[in-house]
Amino acid sequence: MECVFGLVGNGFAIVAADTSAVHSILVHKNNEDKIMLLDSHKLIAASGEPGDRVQFTEYVQKNVSLYQFRNGIPLTTAAAANFTRGELATALRKNPYSVNILMAGYDKEAGASLYYIDYIATLHKVDKGAFGYGSYFSLSTMDRHFRSDMSVEEAIELVDKCITEIRSRLVIAPPNFVIKIVDKDGARTHAWRQSVQDVTTASV
Amino acid sequence: MFLIGFLYLASQSVKKIIEINPYMLGTMAGGAADCQFWHRNLGIKCRLHELANKRRISVSGASKLLANMLYSYRGMGLSVGTMIAGWDETGPGLYYVDNEGGRLKGDRFSVGSGSPYAYGVLDSGYKFDMSVEEASELARRSIYHATFRDGASGGVASVYHVGPNGWTKLSGDDVGELHYHYYPVPPAIAEQVMEEAAAE
Repeated sequence: MECVFGLVGNGFAIVAADTSAVHSILVHKNNEDKIMLLDSHKLIAASGEPGDRVQFTEYVQKNVSLYQFRNGIPLTTAAAANFTRGELATALRKNPYSVNILMAGYDKEAGASLYYIDYIATLHKVDKGAFGYGSYFSLSTMDRHFRSDMSVEEAIELVDKCITEIRSRLVIAPPNFVIKIVDKDGARTHAWRQSVQDVTTASV
Repeated sequence: MFLIGFLYLASQSVKKIIEINPYMLGTMAGGAADCQFWHRNLGIKCRLHELANKRRISVSGASKLLANMLYSYRGMGLSVGTMIAGWDETGPGLYYVDNEGGRLKGDRFSVGSGSPYAYGVLDSGYKFDMSVEEASELARRSIYHATFRDGASGGVASVYHVGPNGWTKLSGDDVGELHYHYYPVPPAIAEQVMEEAAAE
């Protein structure tokens, strides 16, 4: 089961996602990057059906780029989150997308923010959020250790605690995770946590 | 059937490898009609791309075209599990595309009912820097072992090589014969030899 979780710290937001691409009992790939860069200062971590996940997040990404081209300024994280939720809501009663999204972003005025958007178009601005079976373990861990002014190092420690917990307690736990961070300097990959490494190198 | 790196193999009694163009191949798993039709359709789109842009389409682009097409038909009962293998400016490319609209880039995949069995042999023998002969033999062996265990797999194990100048077919062996090639039956030792009775 796909695990996605994230939290907001002091001037930054972190999201982590597992990197397994699974089909029934087969793991086709264990270094699939499920956190997409929406623009220079936004991340979108998605879990859900394979086709929907990629197609919907790319659709959001292209529309966010289009707004920037047309208007000369980028969307705020709140605006992008509301746009995403709107698209999910419109499709919901016709052709729903089975995608759960955590959108993390940094804006100069609003600072770092994290938005929880689930497949039935719920939208909520949160300090910490999680999706999937992994959420049963990561949410309580984050609730216990989270403080609103955490530094990056403390937040990474907390993320690692969650990953360790998921690996040890979830019955079919994904072995590998990717952690991405967004702050005033932009959105970037922070680290990979791989306990099963493929023969070839890193991610494709 | 499965695909590794620059090499490509399918089990084929029906033609399970579709030649999209001289430098790109598609495998077939799932519904034969769907696979044949949509690969043919993909070939058309690739050719149109070449004509419109005066350059070959990348493997990434071709697989994305197919994935987008299949995605638009999701939920309508298409059955396609395919790998697109080819060579473009970035080198060898391998993508897994299925009828749910999923698309994965990777170095090796196995698709179909016998795929878990093939993965077992494939994963244990795979190295990124293996030679063409080693890869070809690994591919053939993986197909054989999958066919051995999976009732729905069988026929001919075809091996294709995709290189910078396009694809070439390396071999096509009947899997039944491969069995005796890998596991020859030792001649039975008779304990007593019956001799012709002397003519009287």
